[in-house]
Amino acid sequence: MTKTDAEDILGIAQDWLAEGETVALATVVETWGSSPRPAGSRLAVTQSGRLAGSVSGGCIEGAVADVAKQTMASGTPQLLDFGISDERAWEVGLACGGKLKVFVEKVG
Amino acid sequence: MKRDLLQRLQAARAAKRPAALLTRLPDGAQSLFPEDDVPPALAEAAQSALHDDASRTVTLGNEQWFVAVENPPLRLVVVGAVHIAQALVPMAAALGYAVTVVDPRRAFATEERMGERVTISTDWPDDALRALAPDVRTAVVTLTHDPKLDDPALEVALRSPAFYIGSLGSRRTHAKRVARLTEAGLTEAEIARIQAPVGLDIGAVTAPEIAVSILAQVVASRRGGPKKKAEQ
Repeated sequence: MTKTDAEDILGIAQDWLAEGETVALATVVETWGSSPRPAGSRLAVTQSGRLAGSVSGGCIEGAVADVAKQTMASGTPQLLDFGISDERAWEVGLACGGKLKVFVEKVG
Repeated sequence: MKRDLLQRLQAARAAKRPAALLTRLPDGAQSLFPEDDVPPALAEAAQSALHDDASRTVTLGNEQWFVAVENPPLRLVVVGAVHIAQALVPMAAALGYAVTVVDPRRAFATEERMGERVTISTDWPDDALRALAPDVRTAVVTLTHDPKLDDPALEVALRSPAFYIGSLGSRRTHAKRVARLTEAGLTEAEIARIQAPVGLDIGAVTAPEIAVSILAQVVASRRGGPKKKAEQ
């Protein structure tokens, strides 16, 4: 089945934990302008590189996954800003022109 | 998020209880609403986000909290396990709806025809609708175009807060239906809630196309449609 909002990212995170994976969760907590994914959208990431869900139209998932790996190692949550006024957004290419905040936390 | 909090949140979702995961930014302190004790202002923000069905960040004093809304799934009740229902059910499930198909004709109302992603009720439609108790997160679509099946369902649905009520049938069929429902004691305002002919006018011909037109209308009702867009 294709990725839709009907997908249960929390359930997938739980399954991955049960399999012994180290898991982090990224959640869109605020958006401005034309961000493609609304607040509450989630991306689950494992230390081994598995991904489920999304926090944008594909623009920032790679960068978020990198931060998620740091968070999994340190256990410290992070609040990330992505937007056209942010140099980091240029680096990762937020082509949609929106702005968003993403909260990244370790699960378990 | 701690593992036991994730388990409690998933248990609330499995039991179809509205819940909100509250996360303080940026340190990540978390509570589950309404299970955990939280300050009144935060509880109020959680309640309001659940009501609006919108996850959001709120500022309370000098703290920022992210309220992640976990409402039970929207529901779609389909009356008539007919050909169009076979196309409609999997599409609605893909949109995240919990789907129930109601049809007392047991030959039609089978899992083989409707698939596994659906609850089937073979009760008479008014009994089935009363038991399902449509709420503001429920859409009802009647597809049998048989008055003895559609009308009892509509009589219950039209007196419920369902956010969408649609009925398959031509303009002529619908005019007769309006006359019958008026006779049954429903008011003009109640009857006017029926979307008929059902679905957005996209020239749908095949069953899957009609399913698309119905679901597009359901989504427009839920999200506000072109009017809401124009206001933004």
